[in-house]
Amino acid sequence: MIAEIGHFALIIALILGLFLAVLPVVGAHKGIVAWIALAKPLTLAQFLMIAVAYAALTWSFLAHDFSVAYVAHHSNTLLPTEYLISGVWGGHEGSLLLWALMLSLWAVAVSRFSRSVPESVVARVLGVMGMVSIGFLLFMLLTSNPFDRLLNPPAEGRDLNPLLQDPGLIFHPPLLYMGYVGLSVVFAFAIAAMLGGRLDAAWARWSRPWTNAAWGFLTLGIGIGSWWAYYELGWGGWWFWDPVENASLMPWLVATALMHSLAVTEKRGAFKAWTVLLAISAFSLSLLGAFLVRSGVLTSVHAFATDPDRGVFILIFLLLTIGGSLLLYSWRAPGIRSPVGFRLVSREAGLLLNNLILVVITATVLLGTIYPLILDALGLGKISVGPPYFNAVFVPIGIPLMIALGVGVLLRWKQDSLPLLLRKVAVPAVASLVLGTLLIVLFAPHFHLLAVVGLVLALWVIFTSLLWLRERGGGGGLLKGMRNTGRGGWGMIFGHLGVAIFVIGMTMISLYDSEQDLRMEPGQSYTLAGYTFTFQGTKEVMGPNYKADRGILEVTRDGREITTLYPEKRDYFSSAMPMTEAGIQTRLFRDLFVALGEPLGQDGAWSVRLYHKPFVVWLWAGGLLMAFGGMLAASDRRYFRRRRNGAVTPPSEPPTQPVAA
Amino acid sequence: MKARHKRLGFLTIGIVALGLSTWLVVNALGSNLSYFFSPSEVAEGAAPSERIFRLGGLVKPDSVERGEELLVRFQVTDHAHDVTVVYSGILPDLFAEGQGVVAQGRLNEQGQFVAERVLAKHDENYMAPEVKEALARAHADGVAQEASTYAAAESSGSYSSRGGESGAYSTSGVTQ
Repeated sequence: MIAEIGHFALIIALILGLFLAVLPVVGAHKGIVAWIALAKPLTLAQFLMIAVAYAALTWSFLAHDFSVAYVAHHSNTLLPTEYLISGVWGGHEGSLLLWALMLSLWAVAVSRFSRSVPESVVARVLGVMGMVSIGFLLFMLLTSNPFDRLLNPPAEGRDLNPLLQDPGLIFHPPLLYMGYVGLSVVFAFAIAAMLGGRLDAAWARWSRPWTNAAWGFLTLGIGIGSWWAYYELGWGGWWFWDPVENASLMPWLVATALMHSLAVTEKRGAFKAWTVLLAISAFSLSLLGAFLVRSGVLTSVHAFATDPDRGVFILIFLLLTIGGSLLLYSWRAPGIRSPVGFRLVSREAGLLLNNLILVVITATVLLGTIYPLILDALGLGKISVGPPYFNAVFVPIGIPLMIALGVGVLLRWKQDSLPLLLRKVAVPAVASLVLGTLLIVLFAPHFHLLAVVGLVLALWVIFTSLLWLRERGGGGGLLKGMRNTGRGGWGMIFGHLGVAIFVIGMTMISLYDSEQDLRMEPGQSYTLAGYTFTFQGTKEVMGPNYKADRGILEVTRDGREITTLYPEKRDYFSSAMPMTEAGIQTRLFRDLFVALGEPLGQDGAWSVRLYHKPFVVWLWAGGLLMAFGGMLAASDRRYFRRRRNGAVTPPSEPPTQPVAA
Repeated sequence: MKARHKRLGFLTIGIVALGLSTWLVVNALGSNLSYFFSPSEVAEGAAPSERIFRLGGLVKPDSVERGEELLVRFQVTDHAHDVTVVYSGILPDLFAEGQGVVAQGRLNEQGQFVAERVLAKHDENYMAPEVKEALARAHADGVAQEASTYAAAESSGSYSSRGGESGAYSTSGVTQ
């Protein structure tokens, strides 16, 4: 009964979506106030309906209603409560429901926090989001209904994939989906602006907080996913260039470009057409990601049980979205020229370079991800593009991006003087070169040119960010600059510092990590990177729904005791699949990581994998900082100021320039 | 700076950047692709002898032998042909006899496949599309030749229904 209520609520949500997609949009076009006024209540009603459906599915999990196929496939009675609740998004159908819920939640947020935006614009935005929701709801109802019943309900459900029984499941998918779906808001603003025929600085200002927030969620989601893969898969890696990871990276890269081009559009009225294209691409790439994951066309660790119908549906949805928005774009594009000029040495040019590089990186990731598909479709053989491809492309393109980042923040709008700029960047350039080289020479186990490059670039970004802050203070120095900086500015600073921290982590882990796979008998020791690991055998332990062999590894350094690590090999009762649980000790400058392979022979020997991973936690610390920056910028008060007398606020003036001018 | 110079500047930067990145991509793609081959294709000599490639199929039952330290030797089969794989390292959790596997490496002079990496999937109901297809192809060939009827029956019995709900149930051993 409960499941049927959920199913019914989804159908009502779909019908509400149909109304939402038509009435407010037509109303805004024809100036029918009553229809425009329908947008917000319809949005709220749709959210409530999807929430009812979501609650119904959650209830079915908690009540162990195995007559619901999805519940039977993704949970059992032994599963702890937190994984029953998060198990709702542990499979394909439920995660779609979560997408739909979040989409409607974003729509409600738009209707709440857009007091500064004219009603007709909000109506169009909500209408476009209603169109998107139709796509998702139809997809669910036609191909992936989470409320389908089983004719012969089993007495016990299958297990939730043991890999997913981890706090990572509780946070990673919802945050990632918040990011994906959040990009639909930006998309909706762009489409709404084109429908209304007005792409101006005001439109850019309305879009910015939503872009920043969605980007922040996306960053968090990707970061937590990377951390989860690191500690859960037992391979010790943090990024595998798996097609599904790429599917989340591509919208992230484009959204990063979008944040920056929106800044230009808002401050200077330039890049309008380009910004619209980025907004469309960012959302389209989210959909492409969904297509790649759900259709099963790619080999990936993330693959859900697949079904060709689903792939076809998403492909059609994708084509409609991209085709429709590009059609609209080509119709409106002649009217959205940006008349504003700028010079070769200016912040606009710097941001253009940023955008260019980010888009090139996205294109190379896209190529590496779909190249195997294209070759396969043409019958030219089955290939895979390995991590070396991505590394070989990423590093050389990333270096100019980092250099541009440091220069870019110091550039002034419209026109800057090259000699003045060179004088400004001389100090941070020399300081980062000297300090970066010195740190590697003094502290690294051995010299690596790439390590110097990475560290120098990271320091360069940090120093130029500090210089930017100081310039904000006029003659009053760094502290005054800090006081003068609003949330938007701080968001930028934290975002860029996050990039620097991340680059330090990535450089160190890529160049200085050590790993050893070996056979260990109880009592045997092995020394890796100065740490001596002594295997003390395994013992059997019982978990709530699994049995495990727990290894005991004592770690010492120069005779001093460091820690004891307890990696596990788990056998879940309801699944044939064994699971590796790594033993990890995290410190600021290094992680010690051990994972059990399998028992070898009768004498208690195991295959064991040992890792020493310098600076690995910096990767996620950097990601966290970036996400924090995005959220902080999104919450800048100037985006939410109430509009005066219903009039559209004029485009804001360029910010005050550094006093050096 | 004149407008024309400016345009020229932007254009030059753009073309240089595009050229550089194209060169990078082409270069990286050329040296980092690995093709997929089934045991039958390896037996026919279709696989390269000096390049890295991926070999996929099922781990042949009773073929896994352990050697010194972490050395392990097993046969990958598509029910028509077998290839011996030699690997030194830790096998993934889902590696098991009778299960799908993909190994990356190259052939040595004895015709053995020396693997650098062994992949098994992270979901018991999921099989790499390449492996599924290779098995289906070998199966089709086998039926055409009416040779190994046993292998064909076995492969259709336990693998053709994967992805379908009933298949997923029977493989995980839950009583209905």
